[in-house]
Amino acid sequence: MSGASASFSACPACSAAPSAVDIAARTAQKDANLALSVPGIHCAACISTVERCLSKVDGVKSARVNLTLKRATVEAAADVTAAMLVEALSEVGFEAHELDAGALSATSTDKAARELLMRLAVAGFASMNVMLLSVAVWAGAADATRDMFHWISAAITLPTVIFSGQPFYRSAWGALRAGRLNMDVPITLAILLAVATSLWETALSGEHAYFDAALTLTFFLLAGRYLDHRTRAVARSAAEELAALEVPRAIVWQDGQERELRTAELRVGDIIVVRAGGRMPVDGVIVEGTSELDRSLLTGESLPVFAEVGQAVSAGEVNLTGLLKVEASAVGEETSLHRMADLVAIAESGRSKYTSLADAAAKLYAPGVHILSALAFLGWLVYSGDMRVALNIAAAVLIITCPCALGLAVPAVTTAASGRLFRAGMLIKHSTALERLAQVDTVVFDKTGTLTRGTPELSNFADVSAEDLAMAYGLAEGSSHPLSRAIVAAAKDAGVAAAPVQDVSEVAGYGTKGTLHGQELRFGRASWTGATAGEGTAAWLKLGDAEPVTFAFNDSLREGAAQAVRSLQAAGKHVCLMSGDNEGAVKAMAMRLGIEDWTAEALPAEKAARIQQMSAEGHKVLMVGDGLNDTAALTAAHVSISPASALDAARVASDIVLLGADLSPIPAAMTTASKAVKRIKENFRIATLYNVIAVPLAVAGLATPLIAAVAMSTSSITVSLNALRLRGAGK
Amino acid sequence: MNILTVLIPVSLVLGGVGLLFFVFTLKSNQYEDPDGDAQRILSDEFDDKPKS
Repeated sequence: MSGASASFSACPACSAAPSAVDIAARTAQKDANLALSVPGIHCAACISTVERCLSKVDGVKSARVNLTLKRATVEAAADVTAAMLVEALSEVGFEAHELDAGALSATSTDKAARELLMRLAVAGFASMNVMLLSVAVWAGAADATRDMFHWISAAITLPTVIFSGQPFYRSAWGALRAGRLNMDVPITLAILLAVATSLWETALSGEHAYFDAALTLTFFLLAGRYLDHRTRAVARSAAEELAALEVPRAIVWQDGQERELRTAELRVGDIIVVRAGGRMPVDGVIVEGTSELDRSLLTGESLPVFAEVGQAVSAGEVNLTGLLKVEASAVGEETSLHRMADLVAIAESGRSKYTSLADAAAKLYAPGVHILSALAFLGWLVYSGDMRVALNIAAAVLIITCPCALGLAVPAVTTAASGRLFRAGMLIKHSTALERLAQVDTVVFDKTGTLTRGTPELSNFADVSAEDLAMAYGLAEGSSHPLSRAIVAAAKDAGVAAAPVQDVSEVAGYGTKGTLHGQELRFGRASWTGATAGEGTAAWLKLGDAEPVTFAFNDSLREGAAQAVRSLQAAGKHVCLMSGDNEGAVKAMAMRLGIEDWTAEALPAEKAARIQQMSAEGHKVLMVGDGLNDTAALTAAHVSISPASALDAARVASDIVLLGADLSPIPAAMTTASKAVKRIKENFRIATLYNVIAVPLAVAGLATPLIAAVAMSTSSITVSLNALRLRGAGK
Repeated sequence: MNILTVLIPVSLVLGGVGLLFFVFTLKSNQYEDPDGDAQRILSDEFDDKPKS
């Protein structure tokens, strides 16, 4: 299904056409640093096994595993190809995929994260020093000593606040210029006002200075910002990695020679060579060869389609048997694959309406804080007539109400939850996806490629005699066609030995033939073997003039599919099946999984419309799909999940990507999501409680820098600890 | 109280040393693979110097 497995099946063809190997080697010469994605590593033993295995490959200079990114980087001589490394790793039991180094370069040095970490470190250092100096003041330092401590604090605070607070100032300025208020406006105001009044107080040898508060505020908020950034960076790099998995190359037939080009360089009119197992890079017309096409990613049909000269093909279809030459009629953005984006854009408008919990809280909170602080300032100005006192109190109110806990509460919870889901094999791409996942009450599954693995298995095993199976096995042994491989697997399971078939040859697009005891033996399409085609995927075996024997196939279920459907139903969710495949296949699958609500032969627009209708009825829909025909539906749904094997377009459209082949993490993810939302709300309540206690003190003018420091730190620590409970819960 | 003129600069310098050390760890890529580093300490393979 994925680009990686496609390149596997293309491998037998590689030896027949050495040019591909040459080209791969030439690419390696330019860049001897290879990157591999190894999703299976998770422990110390895995690290050393992978590194040792890679180092043993001839020509490898060094290999280094990055466990956090589940990636291995290899420095190697020019003649080492990624395929060799992948093969070496699969021998020791690790699944590996080549990564396109070009697409990854952006993530290798995450400058923004380093910058944030640096600001955080400086703020931490300064706040600890100033806090120590403040302890001396709180303990009773007076007169000249106090003034000196205040001045030293000011000397540390000013440069730190200017350096470390920049992310807040920038964001606040951006919001103000657009005429909006965001969480950073009160933060910036609190920091600046605290520093300004404290400087003024210090100059007048006053008693209260809030330097420590301004710095701890910056420190805690930066910590929240850093967590938030890290969560998104991990998701982004993993998403980029998925994109990098599809090395976008195509083989072009030019002047009687094969040349490998990047798909971006293809032109209309180019003749493109697509080998068995390869995916069509362009829309076009077949000019040479016969084969079968797998269209399941585009339409959801599980039945392979016969392909011959003159037939139109679309980008994204997979060529199954013979070599095809295709004249490109549309490339890049013009292909039907990209045209599907229009449908997605229409569906998109419904999605953006969701406001995250944090934004909703900020909308209430930011104006409230400003009004409260302004009222305190005016009240005290009128009451005491003293500008200095009034300003001091306004600063105290701003500091105490400042959204330390708020700024830390949400990122801490989402980091803990996404970390947990990432370990379970789910990648949260969108920042509000978790909150939306928690609201879901209806789950819609696509069939082909989502609930099923997209690989067939023999279904009428009981009706086929052992001799017929042995003959089919003899023919199928050498073929890489999915149906042949299903026959081989079934025969091996049954312990049947292959019949001694001679002169086996593959007739591209039709099947395989050979001779057995002087009689011609054919295994393939109905028309070729003289059988009548029925519904569903099938192939026929014909020996000489005998009646053809039917071999029926159905799609094998993806791991955990049945379990996922069952636990979703047990959790009270409504589960539907919506597929573009024919009615028989969809009905059989629905019966097998116990899904009562199913739709067959659904067009992409119908899928999206059905989901929009459900949303209009007030349901929150989770769409799980992988194909191009699902993209519009994925975008229309409240929240969407696609497996890693899905087409690029589908992965981009969905909020969450399943990294493994297993579907069973989905119900668990929904539980984690609702727990996370519960924690976020709990944290809001805790933060509010602290404010309810401390704000009256501040408004009454009773808040000292000591009270401000205690209230702020304890509330921040409480919410962080509460968020961390999610990490360990239910392990 | 004159001791303060010594103690305050000393504490600031010590804190500054800590900060500089952190900057060094940041620059030498020690935060690139936190999970891996946590696991590698359990590995039985010993080497004389860290792999780059």
